[in-house]
Amino acid sequence: MNAPAKLPRWAELGLLPLVNLAAALLLSGVIVKVLGESPWAALKLLASGSLGSEENIGYTLYYATNFMFTGLAVAVAYHAGLFNIGGEGQAYVGGLGVGLVALWLGGRAPFLVVLPVAILGGAVFGAAWAFIPAWLQARRGSHIVITTIMFNFIGSALMTYLLVNVLIKPGQQSPETREFGATAFMPAASDLLAKAGIDFSPSPLNLAFVVALGAGALVWVLVWRTRWGYALRVAGQNQAAAVYAGISPPRIIVQSMLLSGALAGCLALNELMGSQHRILIDFPGGAGFVGIAVALMGRNHPAGIFLSAVLFGALAQGGSQLSFDMPKINRDMVVVIQGLVILFCGALENVMRAPLAAVFARLAGRREAEG
Amino acid sequence: MRPIPSVRALVALACLAAGARAADFLPAIVYDMGGKFDRSFNQSASDGAAKFAKDTGIAVRDFEITNAAQREQAMTQFARRGASVIVAIGFDQASAVEAVAKKFPNVKFAIVDGTVDLPNVQSINFREQESSFLCGMAAAMASKTGKVGFVGGMDVPLIRKFALGYVEGVHYVNPAAEVFENMTGTTPAAWNDPTKGAELAKSQFGRGADVVFHAAGGTGLGVMQAAADMGKLSIGCDSNQDYLHPGSVLTSAVKRVDTAVYQTFLGAKNGTWKPGKIYLGLAEDGVGFSLDEHNRKLITPEIEAKLDEARADIIAGKIKVSEYHAQ
Amino acid sequence: MLDEGGAAVPAPPALELRNIDKRFGAVHANRAVSFAAARGSIHGLIGENGAGKSTLMNIVYGFHRADDGEILVDGRRVDIGSPQDAIAAGIGMVHQHFMLVENFTVLENVVLGVEGGALLRGGLDRARGELEKLARDYGLEVPLDTVVAELPVGLQQRVEILKALYRRAEILILDEPTAVLTPQEAEQLFRMLRLLRDQGKTVVLVTHKLREIMAVTDRVTVMRQGAVVGEVATGTTSPRELAEKMVGRAVLLRVEKGPARPGETLLSVRDLEVRDRFDVARVRGVSFELRAGEIVGVAGVSGNGQSELLEALAGIRMPSRGGIILGGRDLVREQLDPRRRRALGLAHVPEDRLRMGVVTGFSAEDNTILGYHDRAAYNRGLLLNRPAIHAECEREMAAHDVRPALPGLRIAAFSGGNQQKLVLAREIDVDPRVLLIGQPTRGVDIGAIEFIHKKLIALRDAGKALLIVSVELEEILGLADRILVMNAGEIVGEVARADATEEKLGLMMAGVKGEGHA
Repeated sequence: MNAPAKLPRWAELGLLPLVNLAAALLLSGVIVKVLGESPWAALKLLASGSLGSEENIGYTLYYATNFMFTGLAVAVAYHAGLFNIGGEGQAYVGGLGVGLVALWLGGRAPFLVVLPVAILGGAVFGAAWAFIPAWLQARRGSHIVITTIMFNFIGSALMTYLLVNVLIKPGQQSPETREFGATAFMPAASDLLAKAGIDFSPSPLNLAFVVALGAGALVWVLVWRTRWGYALRVAGQNQAAAVYAGISPPRIIVQSMLLSGALAGCLALNELMGSQHRILIDFPGGAGFVGIAVALMGRNHPAGIFLSAVLFGALAQGGSQLSFDMPKINRDMVVVIQGLVILFCGALENVMRAPLAAVFARLAGRREAEG
Repeated sequence: MRPIPSVRALVALACLAAGARAADFLPAIVYDMGGKFDRSFNQSASDGAAKFAKDTGIAVRDFEITNAAQREQAMTQFARRGASVIVAIGFDQASAVEAVAKKFPNVKFAIVDGTVDLPNVQSINFREQESSFLCGMAAAMASKTGKVGFVGGMDVPLIRKFALGYVEGVHYVNPAAEVFENMTGTTPAAWNDPTKGAELAKSQFGRGADVVFHAAGGTGLGVMQAAADMGKLSIGCDSNQDYLHPGSVLTSAVKRVDTAVYQTFLGAKNGTWKPGKIYLGLAEDGVGFSLDEHNRKLITPEIEAKLDEARADIIAGKIKVSEYHAQ
Repeated sequence: MLDEGGAAVPAPPALELRNIDKRFGAVHANRAVSFAAARGSIHGLIGENGAGKSTLMNIVYGFHRADDGEILVDGRRVDIGSPQDAIAAGIGMVHQHFMLVENFTVLENVVLGVEGGALLRGGLDRARGELEKLARDYGLEVPLDTVVAELPVGLQQRVEILKALYRRAEILILDEPTAVLTPQEAEQLFRMLRLLRDQGKTVVLVTHKLREIMAVTDRVTVMRQGAVVGEVATGTTSPRELAEKMVGRAVLLRVEKGPARPGETLLSVRDLEVRDRFDVARVRGVSFELRAGEIVGVAGVSGNGQSELLEALAGIRMPSRGGIILGGRDLVREQLDPRRRRALGLAHVPEDRLRMGVVTGFSAEDNTILGYHDRAAYNRGLLLNRPAIHAECEREMAAHDVRPALPGLRIAAFSGGNQQKLVLAREIDVDPRVLLIGQPTRGVDIGAIEFIHKKLIALRDAGKALLIVSVELEEILGLADRILVMNAGEIVGEVARADATEEKLGLMMAGVKGEGHA
């Protein structure tokens, strides 16, 4: 009797997120106002900063690419009933796989050889980093939320150790590797489009965006169109039913986490091969955590994840423009705005649902009364 | 009421554009992840920028980055909007400076704590090992137990450079002295973990150390607090931190990032700015140890004399302080 | 109904509801419901699952607020916005799932929330005296200082009733009170209710069991689809008439069946022992055989090892000892999982449909392949064969009269009966040799019960071996050819259908071994 209020599907998927987003922006506007800036101008800056020019769109989609990888990683685990908080660590260690391949083959093999090997490298390393928490959950019942958080720290320590002591380019301060060979650079979107005769301003947007879209399609097919995905969803939604159906939940836990880690590990295709061209400290920059919000908001569906990744990309890019042009709004303020979006669209999602459902019920009632 | 704020924003943008057209002097600074209020390195730079703004009346534009991609983005934007000189703080920004400086050969760049070999980039590095050496000497002379400690922030080459100079300074005074070395961590969080800093310092005190030097940013505040609580001595870092716990802070290894930033801006404004590598050590007064009313009683005349002597010897090249090189 | 005192003006009803209307979003749960229960009577409220009985009583008890309508107690309008308001108005409620703190004593549970002061001691002493009096007056003896968790279910229910009476309830609402009781315990409950009525209390009995209505109520109100469809004096009606009112059409209450013709033994169970995760033996040394063309019923009070037995047979639990032989293979020794047991022709309709038998977030068609998702018919290369799955679901829906026949609809949107038909369809569609069925009609409407029972008997007549576990004795008696009775993990007796009576089975369920002992 106390089930959550029902909404029409279009309202559930389209209207509700928009209402939540609007509420988050409204509250942000109040804060901006308190800080002494104009909310309206800030909103315009946010919009133009993220979508106002080709370059800004490029940056937005570049950030979105990171979020798509980590969002998909969270979603795959979610469908198996697991909360993978370890996207950050898996992306970081996955970057080691991508980076090692790029350092090894960059300049020696053509890009078309480097790319698949690098994808494999990122996937294998990312998956390996997810494997241990998965195994501990499956066989020992250690809670995966805890273990994946711990593995973020361990991954960070491992990567810092490797960058400071092993992989660092000799004779420099910064714990970074040498630059990859040129054939390990992801082609930039501007270059690719130029070949097609389209003029697009340079930005870090690169081919990894397309890889991320491909990964989204792959996740969709795997989860919703294969028997493996079916078993995954059964185990995720109802363990008892999975056992009843002869599906082994521990096996699904390990398999889904491997895929999840592999997806997170591919973030480095965008960040390292696409933009930084070297392995550097802390390159995921929190994208693993943003991925949780992205998946939550995107309803763990690849299409939703694409849209919410673009939204978060726009917030990251527009937010940096905002702090660039409005000195009173510093980067912490931008984090607050992003936090509000996450709060309203994720944690407080049901707050807006009830009033919205009431409106729909009233409308429905009126229609019934008239009809 | 509604249109007014947006008009104001437009005016602000227009001013910015007009400023660029008029080729006024437009200084800009890009801080690293720590942010400009890290009470350490970035903040010191921010003090220099603030002093420049106050002295000349010229506003300094700044940006604090939150992810790696923003470094290049921020510098590009400053350059595109007509910045005359862009200072990047921190070694992590070197590759971004390199990329953007290539694209804007007419804009002056400076990087602090890093090296970029381009005709429009000034690379400012400090000889931290020299001030660390002097602090090591001070520690060894002030120590009664013959045991001293070092607490670093994140384990990166720069901090190892501090540690190496410090250890050499200790052993220069007392070859038999024991030095405990701890790094706080391996993630950027290690720069801002005063609790852990205090724990590490306490464990070093527990093992017999009575002077601990920190090169750990915000973490160091915990180190110094622990020393003050336990009646031991600490040595501050980057800026003069003697005032934090008078009577407990032996001295501070100061690194004049503020002066460097100030001088860079001023040079660029006055036309005396030159590209190339600049090393700021004891000779240039870019690094040093602090001595003021807060630690006057701790640095005895004998210690001061020894330190002054060693300083002169380092400047003269009579004492060679090794520099940490990664591999 | 005349006041017994013979006064000229009839007394107002103890509880009266007028035009209660309630919606949950698009669901119209109560449509202008009017209802009245006379003082000193037992009033039944009957209807199928989802007819709106529980909503109505939850409104009376203050869990929900009606959109429209009014509630009168003894002719006075009352405004009930919370259970506290309801208690203040003299209304008490005993829920289907008890609301007791298991590790508190009976006394502590009773005074919980009405301790009467910051210090517990005084309140407890006062309560003790009062409860002893209540217990004497109404025959509700309960050991006051025993921890609730140690009491049998029937006594726990008494505690709930005491709680209500202690709070000065004049009107007592019981929601499906017999679901957890043995027939004997249920009979005891009814005696208690009659006593309460005779002392002037008003009892509202919410149930979907016709037998109980007939046994204990004075009047009965029938609900269907959120509305009241009739109110009659119990003495003037019959179960058949009530069932027709509930369902809206004529129904068969007991399905006709011919005698069983048992064939070869298909499944034999030998000395089976099953332990739970605390290493407590839940099934102890159970042996029996199941033959083609017969239905064997397992009777027992819930929690006496039937569930564990069923799950062990299906491969969900691994027994700690014993053998399960199907088609010459020992499923225990080979440690076959449910999937491989299915391949050997062992199908399973689980007891708790929503917990195990379906994935509630999935559509009907996705549930069609649960347990069978890797069969060749449902796959095409690496991908699931969606059109084939859809077609299969449509076929099963048509064959089993599932309504609405929409394969894409979420399973949760179907009624319990239609869900059960889908699960049954899925399990019998693969033409198994042995069918294990737990609670075939739990939460299933009367109309669907008839359909399912017919289907099961048809399966028997087609030569399948069926093992049915049910806590509804009526159902066991209606379907089974042979009845095994379980108590405390053991089979305490086997009775042929012809020799079985409800009373005899009830005694065995309570642990009295063997035959006879009437």
